[in-house]
Amino acid sequence: MTSVTSAPVPARTVLNSADIDRALTRIAHEILEANKGSKDLVLLGIPRRGYPLAVRLAEKIAAADSSVDAAAIVGQLDVTMFRDDLSHQGTRPPYPTKLPRTGIDNKVVVLIDDVLYSGRTIRAALDALIDLGRPRIVRLAVLIDRGHRELPIRADHVGKNLPTSSSEKVRVRLEETDTPPGGAPTNEVVIEGGS
Amino acid sequence: MAGNTGTYLIRGASILGGEPADLLIRDGVIAGTGTGLSAGDATVIDAAGLVALPGMVDVHTHLREPGREDAETVETGTRAAALGGYTAVHAMANSTPVADTAGVVEQVYTLGRTAGWVDVRPVGAVTVGLAGEQLAELGAMADSRARVRMFSDDGICVHDPVLMRRALEYVKAFDGVVAQHAQEPRLTAGAQMNEGEVSAVLGLTGWPAVAEESIIARDVLLAQHVGSRLHVCHVSTAGSVEIVRWAKERGIDVTAEVTPHHLLLTDDLVRSYDPVFKVNPPLRTDADVQALRAGLADGTIDVVGTDHAPHPSEHKECEWAQAAMGMTGLETALSVVQHTMIETGLMGWADFARVTSTTPARIGRLGDQGRPLEAGEPANVILVDPAARWTVDPYRMATMGRNSPFKGRELPGKVVATFFKGHPTVLDGELNTPYPYAAAPAGAA
Amino acid sequence: MKHLLSTQDLSRSNAISILDTAEEMAAVGDREVKKLPALRGRTVVNLFFEDSTRTRISFEAAAKRLSADVINFAAKGSSVSKGESLKDTAQTLSAMGADAVVIRHWASGAPHRLAATDWIDAAVINAGDGTHEHPTQALLDAFTMRRHWARLSGTGSEGADLKGMRVAIAGDVLHSRVARSNVWLLRTLGADVTLVAPPTLLPIGVEKWPCKVSYNLDDTLAQGVDAVMMLRVQGERMNASFFPSTREYSRRWGFDDNRLRALDRLGMKDTIIMHPGPMNRGLEISAAAADSPRSTVLAQVRNGVSVRMAALYLLLSGDTREPAQPVLATAGTAHTKESN
Repeated sequence: MTSVTSAPVPARTVLNSADIDRALTRIAHEILEANKGSKDLVLLGIPRRGYPLAVRLAEKIAAADSSVDAAAIVGQLDVTMFRDDLSHQGTRPPYPTKLPRTGIDNKVVVLIDDVLYSGRTIRAALDALIDLGRPRIVRLAVLIDRGHRELPIRADHVGKNLPTSSSEKVRVRLEETDTPPGGAPTNEVVIEGGS
Repeated sequence: MAGNTGTYLIRGASILGGEPADLLIRDGVIAGTGTGLSAGDATVIDAAGLVALPGMVDVHTHLREPGREDAETVETGTRAAALGGYTAVHAMANSTPVADTAGVVEQVYTLGRTAGWVDVRPVGAVTVGLAGEQLAELGAMADSRARVRMFSDDGICVHDPVLMRRALEYVKAFDGVVAQHAQEPRLTAGAQMNEGEVSAVLGLTGWPAVAEESIIARDVLLAQHVGSRLHVCHVSTAGSVEIVRWAKERGIDVTAEVTPHHLLLTDDLVRSYDPVFKVNPPLRTDADVQALRAGLADGTIDVVGTDHAPHPSEHKECEWAQAAMGMTGLETALSVVQHTMIETGLMGWADFARVTSTTPARIGRLGDQGRPLEAGEPANVILVDPAARWTVDPYRMATMGRNSPFKGRELPGKVVATFFKGHPTVLDGELNTPYPYAAAPAGAA
Repeated sequence: MKHLLSTQDLSRSNAISILDTAEEMAAVGDREVKKLPALRGRTVVNLFFEDSTRTRISFEAAAKRLSADVINFAAKGSSVSKGESLKDTAQTLSAMGADAVVIRHWASGAPHRLAATDWIDAAVINAGDGTHEHPTQALLDAFTMRRHWARLSGTGSEGADLKGMRVAIAGDVLHSRVARSNVWLLRTLGADVTLVAPPTLLPIGVEKWPCKVSYNLDDTLAQGVDAVMMLRVQGERMNASFFPSTREYSRRWGFDDNRLRALDRLGMKDTIIMHPGPMNRGLEISAAAADSPRSTVLAQVRNGVSVRMAALYLLLSGDTREPAQPVLATAGTAHTKESN
């Protein structure tokens, strides 16, 4: 972790609320296109921010295909217990894992996360998924791909490719998870730091 | 050169905390006091800033020998005593074999003389084998070379009231005293610590105060009834202090002793489950500590006795329930009493001398100890630096026991020199040499 | 959190964190693959100086579900037969590479000595020490109560405490580590506790505990309770005069069929009956009470594995050299909990 200083960190906004919304709309259509429709689709968001993104994507898919019940295809997949860096990160209690009522067996599971970086979170998610059932196909959709992969993992659907240096931090703020109490809802993607 | 234990001039010591004066020690006695004494051929000891006190007398020590030499020997225990400012110690009888015959008490007496660091006065057991059934040969022990005057089953209570009565009566024949370890055994079966709020939370069987107080109450009434004197070991509760006070008001000949650790430590320390705090009688509450201090200050409690109880480390580095009971105390006694009684303003150095030397000597009938610091008296004298501060480190003590509850604490006061019968056993705060009995005249005590 | 030795010094946030983590661990038990790789490569040693097959198996199951390796060490050494010393045993285990030691001991304070000295470096979990504490038992009891309480109020368990729940704990409090651990934890979680026992089986100093005390079980039930926890009582205690006979004890302080009917008569339809086990049917609890639908005894056993999984996970994963901080994840996601 970089040290916390009180001096303002240089930051630039790369996606605002409207940008995020457009990216998600495009991803929703790509998901439908790759699957040739909505049959057997399940969206599993990886906490914390993957889940609200999955909820938004499900709503957009339902808007495009009236046979879809958005709430019925969304779920949450917690990967804490499957991480490979448990003994270096400090104890984190797990988030709940909630699968849609129809389960994941034989389904087309799309994993949703906010930022794809080293790929280790997705590797852990694949391990978690296998212990839960046997999906027919697994795909990956992310809002941001910032490069620097350490494992052979790639996303099928990307909101924006953001080449970054490892000294930079990518901050995603979504109104569902990052609204301060009494504050204004924000949706943005910001790059902090650098040089 | 007979009787030559050297000549020493102690210059400018505060006598019993009072005006500075000189003390000339020659041939085992105080040859003179005053100011501006001439040194002559004496070794001069600059005692500016030091307090001169009569050598301390411990009414209650465990030297462990014979039988438990893995814990302490007479040699190591008396070295510790000398460093602590003692010139006489009463060695309790719970050795292996028990000191219940003339043979064993003479053995302990001889070991003490051979070591030569302090006057070792063996305590005789009250009952054979400490079993509480049959009186030991108290008269034979009194007549032996050890000249036993104090009798105690310490470690164990003489709980049978008939036996206690007989013992109190019998010792009158030779001016002896029974020293009772007050602990009703059935009320304290399996007891691990003081019974109270802390024991309730810690899940340790309690040792209720009433188990000590009820025995003391019974014993003072017995002593009154048979007209005998009684000594109560290691008083530990406020209630016990009140009972002793009540008894003295009625003219009952009872004396009482308190340990340094009971003047300072409370049962809150047991929350750590560290067996260094396991002792019998147990550490009590703060209210008890305050009552004990007040009792010592006003004379209800007559003396300080260390109950020095060394144990090998494997008996303390274990679960609480498995651990042995006892704390070391010879080398920390003076500092703890200074810290709890003198620095709090409850006592002065003159009172200190009374409770650590004069009165203990009287109780044990030691004619040559606890004497005034005046010309003609035996030179059992110590020099103390009250301004010194030191941190207790059990590994740097002379006692073999590492079980000091004051480990790591900073305490005031240091013994700079100890003169035993005019010979310095301790100089500059370090052990010097033991008393040269072989070189002394045949009549030397 | 480096060790789990007692509930007395367990903060509210740590306690709720353990219970919430246990909910997730319970979910694992419902899956096809009842295993998580979180503690793969770690070694958990069960160091039991007192016989207890049930607790040992519970800890063993918990460790194995987290993929840890388990070593069982039934140590000899009682007040009667001194085996290898606690110090030597601990150092041997340390040399064998134990990451966590689950210790049950007949001497109060033994786990504290292990944790306080430098004999071992591992995390220490107290599985019951003498008459002092049994923290995982209290945690699984609280877990069981919390699920019940949350269900009654229609909310999810996650993040919840036990505020307002009335709990009666009846039996041999003096000799019970389960009672002590429960009193502290229930107080921390906001429940109202009443201890019920004959005066001889209540410790001196209990009046200072954060709970009420009563000698009368019927009065306590009549005043309303949401959970009644019966403690095991040893019949042999009558030989040390703690009570005159088992018959009199049962009649006055046992949860017999009369008291079971009283719960119905008093309209307390949701009150649960708990017992840490093993039960003395007929002494402190009647067979009908033990087997009634109100009894949570089996749920307690099941929940024991989940709670112990949570404890092992929270102690062993993560950098244990960090200073103790509240482990609770910041509440952020507003998600509803699907019931298990």
